[in-house]
Amino acid sequence: MSGTKPSSLWPVAIQWSAPRTVTAVIIIALLAVLPMIASALESSYYVSFATRVLIYALAAIGLNFILGFGGMVSLGHAMYVLLGAYAVAIPASHGVTSGFIHVALAVGVCVPLASGFGAVALRTSGIAFIMITLAFAQMLFFGAVSLKDYGGDDGLTVAARSTLGGLDLTNNTTLYYAVLVTVLLALYLSWRAVLSPFGLVLRATKSNPRRATALGHPIFRYQLTAYVASAVVCAVAGVLLANLTLFASPAYGAWTLSGELIVIVILGGLGTVFGPVVGAIILLALEETLPTLIDATLPDYKSNWMLLLGLFIFFVALLLKRGVFGSLPASVRGERSKPELP
Amino acid sequence: MSALVTHALVKRFGGVLATDHVSLTVEPGELHAIIGPNGAGKSTLIGQLAGEIASDEGSVRVLGVDVSRMPTHQRAQLGLARTYQVTQLAKEFTALDNVLLAVNARAAHNFRFWGNAHDDDAAMQKAATALAIVGMSHLHHAEVGTLAHGEQRQLEIAMALATEPKLLLLDEPLAGMSQGESAAIISLLKSLKGRYPILLVEHDMEAVFALADRVSVLVYGRIIATDTPDRIRENAEVRAAYLGDEA
Amino acid sequence: MTTQLALSQLLNGLQLGVLLFLLAAGLTLVFGIMSFVNLAHGSLYMLGAYFGAAAFANTDSFVLAIIAAVGGAGLVGLLLDRFALTKLYARDHLDQVLATFGLILFFNELIRIIWGPSSVFISAPKALGGTIDIGGFTYPSYRFAIIAAGLAVALGLYVLIQKTRVGMLIRAGATNANMVAALGVNIKWLNTLVFALGAALAGLAGVMAGPIVSVQPGMGEPVLILTLVVIIIGGLGSIRGAFFAALIVGVVDTLGRAFMPTIMRSLMERSTADAAGPALASMLIYLFMAVVLAVKPQGLFPANVAATR
Repeated sequence: MSGTKPSSLWPVAIQWSAPRTVTAVIIIALLAVLPMIASALESSYYVSFATRVLIYALAAIGLNFILGFGGMVSLGHAMYVLLGAYAVAIPASHGVTSGFIHVALAVGVCVPLASGFGAVALRTSGIAFIMITLAFAQMLFFGAVSLKDYGGDDGLTVAARSTLGGLDLTNNTTLYYAVLVTVLLALYLSWRAVLSPFGLVLRATKSNPRRATALGHPIFRYQLTAYVASAVVCAVAGVLLANLTLFASPAYGAWTLSGELIVIVILGGLGTVFGPVVGAIILLALEETLPTLIDATLPDYKSNWMLLLGLFIFFVALLLKRGVFGSLPASVRGERSKPELP
Repeated sequence: MSALVTHALVKRFGGVLATDHVSLTVEPGELHAIIGPNGAGKSTLIGQLAGEIASDEGSVRVLGVDVSRMPTHQRAQLGLARTYQVTQLAKEFTALDNVLLAVNARAAHNFRFWGNAHDDDAAMQKAATALAIVGMSHLHHAEVGTLAHGEQRQLEIAMALATEPKLLLLDEPLAGMSQGESAAIISLLKSLKGRYPILLVEHDMEAVFALADRVSVLVYGRIIATDTPDRIRENAEVRAAYLGDEA
Repeated sequence: MTTQLALSQLLNGLQLGVLLFLLAAGLTLVFGIMSFVNLAHGSLYMLGAYFGAAAFANTDSFVLAIIAAVGGAGLVGLLLDRFALTKLYARDHLDQVLATFGLILFFNELIRIIWGPSSVFISAPKALGGTIDIGGFTYPSYRFAIIAAGLAVALGLYVLIQKTRVGMLIRAGATNANMVAALGVNIKWLNTLVFALGAALAGLAGVMAGPIVSVQPGMGEPVLILTLVVIIIGGLGSIRGAFFAALIVGVVDTLGRAFMPTIMRSLMERSTADAAGPALASMLIYLFMAVVLAVKPQGLFPANVAATR
């Protein structure tokens, strides 16, 4: 067994020559040099598009932590993205531009809110959990709509990007790298957490919550902690999204966005740490290219590309059981090493 | 002090008395078996003891502690370990990970996000030992979903043992097993007897009479007799209510 | 004057409630019997409204519009059940949510292609165009008719489910699908029947709502989410629960929207209150749901243990 530690009874999770690992490394390398390629092509648009992809990936990494590893199907995680975006826009409208304050506010509001929502939602499970998370998100959505002083339905623009110490986020490339680093950090943290004793119990709550409880694990504590952590990641994604678009609106918390986050997680591969990045790339690239493709063939229907997207999602759910990234072998010899990773 | 004492335990489903004022004890080191025809309420009783099913009346004491209102996981932390009639395992995990999960349930500080669970050598050693006790050392890395039924039953017991229990509730450990598999489990149970107080629910008469110190007969949720295996065999009421049908 | 207003808002609430019940009945039955989460249920409601509007535009007959809506939505439901969704019934809820989420996008866009992005028109039948006057209290006849029709359907469903053999099978199926299959009943046929029935009821709700809401692509989603709230509050799989929860949600939501701004005006500036009131009122039912779930996680009228898995 490659990479077995002498004192360990276990194969180490990462196998560097496995297709999954190789794919992840290539993708990360490409992301790292992307701004240089874009500037060589003199197409700055790709940088902001890639930033958006990574922000979606970040939110999906958050969701994946509970969906992929804890089996908690939240159909309301966009609400935390919404929260993060308003944590930038509202202070900014009062002239508070410090990114540290924005993040602190986002996290500071997200933790108690997600704890409350999570505590109620986790009293249920299965289908009721799906629906109650959706309902909470609607509640926050309408809450944002009711903020008449902050644009109500229309949302509000952000005058300038957050200031973050010496980082100049007004530079698109700098913002891109800030987002990329955040994504890599989130990947690393979730990977560590998944393999940790905490992660072992979390994965067990997905696989067999009854057994985990009967063994003596207080699974509610594990689930709630994971839920709050995942919400915080989405809130940070919201902070970044408001910085990218210089805008925050109730639409950021729309339930369709929550649905898209689930699509991203599934598309990448449920229960893989790196899957959300792959899923975000595929979904957003599709949303970006579909209108162009249709325009080239059936120009009359250019605006109806969502029809194909809907069918695509339907068939992903029906056919793609392990996701694109999840379908790649995680080990070289075909022996399945469990926590599959990046 | 008795390992387990129940007093007048009651469970109703709608109008049906599934558990009818059950009082029983398991003494330290004792193997107390419960037999009864299908639908006698054996699994309901185990569920009530483990805390998965809320009792309507009566009390349960484990090692002198009243656990009647205690949630399942706290009872487990007191040292009450159970197996299931229908195996309950983390199917996507390896055998060793299942047992590690059990070992970690006893860890004082399992709420850790950082270190790799597999790097905890002490816990890994305990998990390996528990697997060795049930003779599954060669199956550490086998995914549980791919194990044979008998192996899954053995794994159930390994997990219960890995929690360092002070009381074992075994719900039909021989259910659905082949002759050979049964023999292995029976000799395993013999080796456990005396080391742990055990409440054994079982259908297999031969095994029960060979293993048990005392036997209780449960019929329609009610215990109609509790005695040594020999006397139970002679008990006319039991023969009429139960053994007659079986033989 | 305020009594007038309160009474008519109460009736508006009931009217919303019975529409929600028509949607919730199908959704909760489908969930109960097949353990299937159908987010595209709102699309069937939308299709009903469009089928009705199309029939109405061509024939000028509201009766034919209802027939077209009920038949059309029922047929689409039948086709969905037979060809698109069968494979999903055995899958986990996550796949079901995802697949039917995809279907929502598909149907919304399909409608946009066929009927265009702007709303289409359907008016209430002429006979019900006026108002009814009860001792000085006036209320639109059409809305009365919706309430009456909704209650009639509820009664019909009650009879169907409690008094007929098919109903007995549906009840048994919701409690234990395997048992029904073991009895030799073709469970697939029963599934299809329930699914098509639910779709037809959604279509009926769509066409009845047509004259009082805006018939446009995406009209199904807000209603779908309210319906989900209804079946959760009522208890998943429970028709009785769906009925009471639908009325409660309809009334709470409507009264909230009607009176929240007034209440808020006493607390804050008028313009802010007018804008924020309706939005806060929209939050009301979700708060209500959270409270219900915090107290009774199984909902107010849990159908059975099996359906809450």
